[in-house]
Amino acid sequence: MMNVKILFFAGLREALGTGSESIALPAGVGTVGALRDHLAARGAPWSALATTKNLRSAVNQQMVGPDAAIEAGDEVAFFPPVTGG
Amino acid sequence: MSVSVQEADFDAGAEIAALSAGRDDVGAVASFVGLVRADKAATVGAGATAAVQAMTLEHYPGMTEKALEAIVTEARGRWDIYGVRVIHRVGKLQPGDRIVFVAVASAHRGEAFAACEFIMDYLKTRAPFWKKEDTAEGGRWVDARESDDQAAGRWKGAQK
Repeated sequence: MMNVKILFFAGLREALGTGSESIALPAGVGTVGALRDHLAARGAPWSALATTKNLRSAVNQQMVGPDAAIEAGDEVAFFPPVTGG
Repeated sequence: MSVSVQEADFDAGAEIAALSAGRDDVGAVASFVGLVRADKAATVGAGATAAVQAMTLEHYPGMTEKALEAIVTEARGRWDIYGVRVIHRVGKLQPGDRIVFVAVASAHRGEAFAACEFIMDYLKTRAPFWKKEDTAEGGRWVDARESDDQAAGRWKGAQK
């Protein structure tokens, strides 16, 4: 069974103490928002996923909203609003 | 390659010259160079302030290049432009360092100016870069600015 690769960046990466992990997609988790809720439910420090202001997400390196579908093999990323330029 | 994400500095003059090298149809090259500003004070912790000593740029390798290329493609669809160059630096930078470069070549200045500004506005809100300021009091992630969203939003539906 293929896993979902999850990436975290910037202040969120620091808050979580990790930049990436790979997990089997839990049953009933079919969207980016559901995955965020699943991870945040682990408690501190993972609740940062629920409390980060204007949390952004990407699936397979495309910026998407919380309703975007995910499936095994996808690369999902969570990060704060971007501040380049 | 029209898009680069790199630690190394760049030569803005050479990049501008390259956009019209060997062709005689370019009538305008508009360019923008962004620099690391030595803000006098950054808010650290409970309202304390400290001078910005350096800045570290983090990015999302792979997605960053795709996002920049998508922005360039959208600009090419909106304006009749002949060449585009985008360079964004990552890693540790000092105040005064160049951080971002955008240049657009076209037949006339109007399209070059507009496309250059459009690319910068979209880069600020869509390309996955994050700035962290280093101060004597510690590090601080820069907050996104609402004015950047507004700047990008004014291009929605805008025609050339």
